[in-house]
Amino acid sequence: MPAELETVERVRRIDVDQYRYGFETKIESEKAPKGLSEDIVRFISAKKDEPEWMLQWRLDAYRRWLTMTEPNWARVDYPKIDYQDVYYYSAPKQKKALASLDEVDPEILKTYEKLGIPLREVEALEGVVRPEGERRVAVDAVFDSVSVATTFQAELKKAGVIFMPISHALREHPDLVRKYLGTVVPTSDNFFATLNSAVFSDGSFVYVPPGVRCPMELSTYFRINERNTGQFERTLIIADKGAYVSYLEGCTAPQRDENQLHAAVVELIAHDDAEIKYSTVQNWYPGNSEGKGGVYNFVTKRGDCRGRNSKISWTQVETGSAITWKYPSCILRGDNSRGEFYSIAISNGFQQVDSGTKMIHLGKNTTSRIISKGIAAGRSQNTYRGLVSAHRKATGARNFTACDSLLIGDKCGAHTVPYVEAKNSSALFEHEATTSKISEDVLFYCVQRGLSQEEAVGLVVNGFVRDVLQQLPMEFAVEAQKLISISLEGSVG
Amino acid sequence: MNVALIKPTAAEVASDVFAAARDRLPGKGPVAEARRAAFDDFAKKGLPHRRVEEWKYTDLRVLLREVAALAAPPDAAALKRAEAALATLDVTGAHRLVLVDGVFAPSLSDTTLEAGVTTHRLADILNDAGNATRADLLRTNATADIMVALNAALATDGVVLGVADDAKLTKPLHIVHVATQSAASLATRSFLKLGKGSQATLVESFIAAGGAQTYQTHDAVVLWAGEGAHLDHIRLVEDARDAANISTAIVTLGTGTQYRAFNLTSGAAVSRYQAFVRFGGENAHADVNGVSLLNGRQHADNTLVLDHTVPHCTSNEVFRAVVDEAAHSVFQGRINVHPDAQKTDARMMTRALLLSDEAEADNKPELEIFADDVQCGHGATTGALDDSLLFYLRARGLPEKEAQALLIQAFVGEAMEAIADESLRDVAIATAERWLARRG
Repeated sequence: MPAELETVERVRRIDVDQYRYGFETKIESEKAPKGLSEDIVRFISAKKDEPEWMLQWRLDAYRRWLTMTEPNWARVDYPKIDYQDVYYYSAPKQKKALASLDEVDPEILKTYEKLGIPLREVEALEGVVRPEGERRVAVDAVFDSVSVATTFQAELKKAGVIFMPISHALREHPDLVRKYLGTVVPTSDNFFATLNSAVFSDGSFVYVPPGVRCPMELSTYFRINERNTGQFERTLIIADKGAYVSYLEGCTAPQRDENQLHAAVVELIAHDDAEIKYSTVQNWYPGNSEGKGGVYNFVTKRGDCRGRNSKISWTQVETGSAITWKYPSCILRGDNSRGEFYSIAISNGFQQVDSGTKMIHLGKNTTSRIISKGIAAGRSQNTYRGLVSAHRKATGARNFTACDSLLIGDKCGAHTVPYVEAKNSSALFEHEATTSKISEDVLFYCVQRGLSQEEAVGLVVNGFVRDVLQQLPMEFAVEAQKLISISLEGSVG
Repeated sequence: MNVALIKPTAAEVASDVFAAARDRLPGKGPVAEARRAAFDDFAKKGLPHRRVEEWKYTDLRVLLREVAALAAPPDAAALKRAEAALATLDVTGAHRLVLVDGVFAPSLSDTTLEAGVTTHRLADILNDAGNATRADLLRTNATADIMVALNAALATDGVVLGVADDAKLTKPLHIVHVATQSAASLATRSFLKLGKGSQATLVESFIAAGGAQTYQTHDAVVLWAGEGAHLDHIRLVEDARDAANISTAIVTLGTGTQYRAFNLTSGAAVSRYQAFVRFGGENAHADVNGVSLLNGRQHADNTLVLDHTVPHCTSNEVFRAVVDEAAHSVFQGRINVHPDAQKTDARMMTRALLLSDEAEADNKPELEIFADDVQCGHGATTGALDDSLLFYLRARGLPEKEAQALLIQAFVGEAMEAIADESLRDVAIATAERWLARRG
């Protein structure tokens, strides 16, 4: 059978089986009543034992949200969301405050074990001495709306790094949170960010003090479990002068027929000479082979290179979600600051991806780099949407953008919508984009040398995304590579 | 008692423009109905603004504010001034078809054309009650663009050209738009239909007679190329420095056609050229190129939509913008590849050269692809002149301005290469040279 027909055949056979994280954890949970109202916002705030200003902040956002309309410019198509038919708060039921990990519901621990997320600092506890220089990862696990465990707290504390659920940070470091929260993504930013501001229940808070290089990778693992719940997490990361932090984020959800809503906000702030590296492996449930179910992923991620010589780097591997609406951006405010965006977006089945980045050059001699790889298979639609702009005073701004798309099968679509705006003659912007399918010549070359058709396609796809995979921290690169092959299983191999 | 001055909204102004012109506009019955429908469409939305995605960078509510009243039909004095303006045209040796203030001027036009060419006035066809399909000329399904609707509502005249099958024209057909009045609108719509295997060159010029200021040109041209036809299409926008030019080309390419388009914008304060090119038959090829030479506070927008609806077609777009002083260049290019359009090869390259810190260039090259066996690519760059190249030339004794001029000429040259007709290419090059000479 010719390769193309074979591919089409396989795409047809794609099944939900490929989604390996689709199980559900049976655990009692405590939910706020369905729907959204001021009372729900008050309920969430009270549950979290928040200070009064925080409640007001949420209420302001809620009131503003009521006046806003859902954006419809993205190339995604979904039935109207009934925002009153969603649970805005769900937490694993617990009798009392937890003293240690041992008191966490074993079902939850099992869930994370199944997902391959180490919540217990097993080796550390058993006194295993690790080879010098090997990297460890501190994990904050968020289950539905709340953080269930954060590892390596003590060791991080020793280095002066604050890494805790944002709900704890609101109690323990209210001034720090208040100083930075909403300064990158204001409550009025956009429909989904405003909704998040009103109802966010948890997320991670990271503060790295001046001159500190965070001793280990920080990681958050998000899991939506409960039916009909929305997950609204909020992440706030601050790297003070000269600090460095690398942060990883992973997400999964059970398979369900109905759609689940996820509207997160991530704010990064890099002061003078600081660097933040933010990596995401997004693998929310993408829906089944008929396009039923799946997570609606509406995320606002933005980094502010506030200080001189600061750097923010986004790396994302997007394989999940029925709908992805996500544009991790960098505001290059400080002189000589640098923004980077590396992305692999893979869509299969009926997935719709509309993702990209914004690089806004405000400071002098700011540089940015965008490498985006889109792979569309099955009946999916994959769009890159990006903005690069240089303002009047951004002398010496420099950008390089390359976005490549690969089409597998003739029922999918790949689109590129870049906006390049230069208001400064010393700005130098370069943009290139290509779309193609895997060349028959290349496949023939590989097959002729003894590779199977599947292996050959795998090889080409791997080469296609290599630039981006190289940017991922080791721990994630392996997972990402596996994910890519799983996501494309049935379409290429 | 306080008397409040109520400023009419832009939509009200447009309504007045339409109401005032209605009795004068050619065509009754179905034509008048088509105009009414088109105008209602326009009135509902009004002038496009930045919230309309296709007009994001060219906000006509800011740049035009309102639609000016239609220009009066030209009198003898106006024709005389138009004639003087025609004498300054660079393009020679072409069949000239002149529209003065939106009305065809037979006395200034070539009446005898080559064998195989038919020509009519749009106004005559619209007035011909015996022609059952005349109203179709004001309807177009190719685009829902609001400025095309306004053009349909207001079009006063234009030329309707036909080229017979296998006719190979030796001279270009040259449509010249001359404005002689200030603060008035010119609304024209022209047509060209190429028969099978025919060859033709269409040149469009936009100029002003001495003294005409702040006028608005609202033009549309509809082109069909039959099987195997070759069409070269050159546009020269040399409108008055404070005028506006909003033009649309709607192009349909048949099987095996060759379409080569080149747009040169050096005039007009505000200009927008939008081309909608649809591949209607396989194995067609389109080269769509353009150059904008801008300074002062000029705003020039080139918006292209290439619709690859059938397999085995190729397209290539090359755009260059030279932006000096406080000028603003916009390029929006979209390549649509429909699900059945396998084996499409589409390329697009747009480059902007910023010569001043106040200059602005916005590029939006889009790909929208629904077929897998295709090769599509686009590139976009924005930047200043390369210092090392300038240094190289200056080290060899060239004064700075001259060195710059040389580099700018090379920069725009690439896009001009696609002009097949040598004398027309020379006209484009001469225009660029004049522009550079004025720069000093």
